[in-house]
Amino acid sequence: MKNNANPSFIKTMLAVVWKDLTAELRSREVFSAMLIFALLVVLIFNFALELEAGTRASVTSGVLWVTFTFAGTIGLNRSMAQEKDRGCMDGLLMAPVDRSAIYLGKMIGNLFFMVAVEVVVIPLFSVLYNVNLLKPGLLLVVLLGSIGYSGIGTLLATMSVQTRTRDMLLPILLFPVVIPLVVAAVKASAGYLQALPMADIQPWLTLLIVYDVIFLSVAWMVFDYVVEE
Amino acid sequence: MDGGLFSMMKLKKSLLILDVITILLVASAAGLVFFYAPLEAVMGYVQKVFYFHVSSAWVGMLSFIVAAVAGGVYLKNGQRKWDITSYAAVEIGVLFAIIAIITGSIWARPIWNTWWTWDPRLTTTAIMTLVYVAYLMLRQGIDDPEKRARFGAVYVIIGALSVPLTFMSIRIFRTIHPVVINAPNGTSAAFDMAPKMLLTFLFSLFAFSVLFVTLLWHRVELGKAQDELEQKKLLSND
Repeated sequence: MKNNANPSFIKTMLAVVWKDLTAELRSREVFSAMLIFALLVVLIFNFALELEAGTRASVTSGVLWVTFTFAGTIGLNRSMAQEKDRGCMDGLLMAPVDRSAIYLGKMIGNLFFMVAVEVVVIPLFSVLYNVNLLKPGLLLVVLLGSIGYSGIGTLLATMSVQTRTRDMLLPILLFPVVIPLVVAAVKASAGYLQALPMADIQPWLTLLIVYDVIFLSVAWMVFDYVVEE
Repeated sequence: MDGGLFSMMKLKKSLLILDVITILLVASAAGLVFFYAPLEAVMGYVQKVFYFHVSSAWVGMLSFIVAAVAGGVYLKNGQRKWDITSYAAVEIGVLFAIIAIITGSIWARPIWNTWWTWDPRLTTTAIMTLVYVAYLMLRQGIDDPEKRARFGAVYVIIGALSVPLTFMSIRIFRTIHPVVINAPNGTSAAFDMAPKMLLTFLFSLFAFSVLFVTLLWHRVELGKAQDELEQKKLLSND
């Protein structure tokens, strides 16, 4: 047993991230479910929208973001449900550590899963539809969007797993408040894909950053209230 | 015991007076709209929906702000009455946001030739209503009243922060919604309001604001009674 009763903030946070990654490496539950789901969404869009060369350019960023948001919801639900079902959450909360460190740890874990899915989906999408998505600007937008999404998603998933309706409730809570993020991400991605001038993309990037900053800090501040027993 | 009963009676009396005032105000607002305000030259009778449409949208927005502030105060001090206020404001907000959407559609059908367009105000109002409904669903799924209050407060604050961002994100596109107040000169969307129209409009806004306060008060009283009942049920079960 370690003597250090009050470990530093960063150490706690990393411990939570590490716990999630180790559990995932052993079970591979969350990542595989998210990835398969994301690929199925892309497949369904292929038939629903006929993603052929002519129509593709304007809808690609929309298809990408719908895929990421849906896959993200699955990941958030699984990651929080595991904590709840196996009683891990109670254990975490009993630890004498700063609770915002637990929030950031869970959030980084969720962000990691989302990025892992994106790392597979983006090149695959490029190959399948013969369009180059590996542009630095686009990757930046994907990262900013994922940070905001997992930031607010972690908070709302923590709430939804504690309700009677559980995973059903997460998208209902999450989607209406995540709309500004999705709008900005879709528009910014489309801007980079169509090689628009920076002046057209800038407002969307600013909006993404503003959203990330506001919602990460608010989620961090109120996390205490959604885990209190 | 007697003092409590007495203060309740007194409260009921002031609430009753407010009820009468509200009814008179809303009735006179309707009177002004139909008999005092002049007929708009281009749009005709359908323009009259504007007075109550903007007033309802205003109440819908106001209740969201009240709900978020009450939610914040609840998180800070944990007093039940703030949670009841927040919940009451959301319920009233849903009602008036839906009224605003329906009256807006009635106006838009002849004027824009469509029931609905994806304009920033319309879209934002629709999303605001969805946030409200999500809030109500969240509360329904939680049995413990204390947890229900905390989660509700957190969600209503998140919602109140996200709705203005939604508005901005869609505002970056072009809008066709008329800007009646503070419209820049020379824009086609701005139409001049005759003094009689302006008076009717401001009176409707005022009447609806008083209506909001009255409804909120009633709903808070009801919420307190519900709370009391829940407490008594819990006690009798033990």
